[in-house]
Amino acid sequence: MQIRIDEPAHRAVEAVARESYGRLVALLAARTRDVAGAEDALADALVAALTTWPRDGIPKNPQGWLLTVARNRLLDHARHQQVHEHSTPTLKLMTRQFDETADPDTWPDERLKLLFVCAHPAIDPNIHTPLMLQTVLGLDAVAVGRALLVAPKTIGQRLVRAKNKIRQARIAFEIPTPDQIPERLKAVLNAIYAAYGNSWEDASGADQRITELGQEAIWLARVLREQIPDDPEVRGLLALMLYCESRRPARRSADGRFVPLSDQDPKDWCMPIIEEAEAELTIAFQMRRPGRFQIEAAIQSVHAERAHTGRTDSAAIAAFYDQLMQLAPSVGGAVARAAAHAEVRGPEAGLTLLDQIDSQAVISYQPYWAVRAHLLRQLNSAEGAADAYDRAIGLSEDPAVRDFLTERRNRLTPQ
Amino acid sequence: MLYALLIYEKPDDFARRDSPVESETYAGAWRAYHRALLDAGIFVSGKPLDAPETATTVRVRESKRDIQDGPYSNTKEQLGGFTLLELPSLDAALEWAARCPAASYGVVEVRPIAVEMEPRVTVANSN
Repeated sequence: MQIRIDEPAHRAVEAVARESYGRLVALLAARTRDVAGAEDALADALVAALTTWPRDGIPKNPQGWLLTVARNRLLDHARHQQVHEHSTPTLKLMTRQFDETADPDTWPDERLKLLFVCAHPAIDPNIHTPLMLQTVLGLDAVAVGRALLVAPKTIGQRLVRAKNKIRQARIAFEIPTPDQIPERLKAVLNAIYAAYGNSWEDASGADQRITELGQEAIWLARVLREQIPDDPEVRGLLALMLYCESRRPARRSADGRFVPLSDQDPKDWCMPIIEEAEAELTIAFQMRRPGRFQIEAAIQSVHAERAHTGRTDSAAIAAFYDQLMQLAPSVGGAVARAAAHAEVRGPEAGLTLLDQIDSQAVISYQPYWAVRAHLLRQLNSAEGAADAYDRAIGLSEDPAVRDFLTERRNRLTPQ
Repeated sequence: MLYALLIYEKPDDFARRDSPVESETYAGAWRAYHRALLDAGIFVSGKPLDAPETATTVRVRESKRDIQDGPYSNTKEQLGGFTLLELPSLDAALEWAARCPAASYGVVEVRPIAVEMEPRVTVANSN
């Protein structure tokens, strides 16, 4: 049978898959702890929907339909396994289910548990983000690989290994206890931010899939905020990503050239997104428990202020970076801090701070060389600046950034 | 682990090498990339290749030589150069491939060197 892409039933399947993938996987896997099995069962159900819905019409409760079919697949599979493995407890667990014919809004939302499983300490931190992208958002290995710059085959193997670990180690689908939450939540937030960070690096927005990943990361943070509304770092991360998102359109000129933050016209920033970020950050600050993401968001909030005041409070930014380095030191933070202090106290102060960073850690770190070039240019050290520009150009991935740096380098005037 | 980055370019890209307007940006990006590879201590070897028109293919079939002008493949993208890098993993190789100037205008193919095969087909250096 030929399935036409424009068929309403086909679009309905796609819409349910898009909207409910993570919810359904979480529900199916919560009791069995078998994420891979849940995904396979859901994939079978989606294939069944593609053939059945165009013929019989779209069911009234599409999610319930998918859940029933997927659950039956799981039960069939478990019965089959039982012959070999005596897995009666699993079968019992699975049959003690909720009523999937009921309104999906009344189902328990297990996605938060799934997020905690994906970022479990027993799982390699490098796989946290890919696991979330796949199990909660339903991206396939090719899309995950493209977004995170890993070969699809490699990512596929790592995901299989991680899912085996979840099943074999019987990692529980549960919300951590209150004393565990801050530590466990940190891993979840880092994984979400890693997804956003990779999206942010694709500033050109040339790859639609990657641009969407930014939206997905924000969506995950919103899910977290709904479920853990009283954690300031959750809101801090959401605010941080929203601030960055608000500036996305301003990062390119009409003719596709890279525009650095300081040259952006605030009129190109998306104000409603900035307002949402402000609201989140305000609530976070009222909780009086500062953290890394809140401070990073605060830095972006100072930048956003330029839309109202027409100027940037560099001293405030530098002070926030000092605080950030106390709380969560990183090479990226140290480079950004040097740039911030250079704005307040001049390029020499910035260079001094750059020189304090471990030179081994920055050999292949593009922002370090870009900032260094910028400061040396301000000090009229043409030769040193050209050298630093070369190193930044050689480490750039984005052609627009490369062109921007090349142009600045070529404009240097010899002493 | 050794990884080869095989760089494929279109006819326009080969032409850009000699264009007085663009060659500075083109060469500048490549020079900077090469420098970054050296600084990172991962560069093993690598060279740009001359344009595909300069290629000659050789086949020997049933003791007869078949010599032809032009490159082997007829595709639009042609092999324009190669780089051999010493890196810990494929992930790292992909990262360096993405930074390669050709990644944004052509194609960079990443291939591991066949480690199983190498000792059987190479001769140890007698010096």
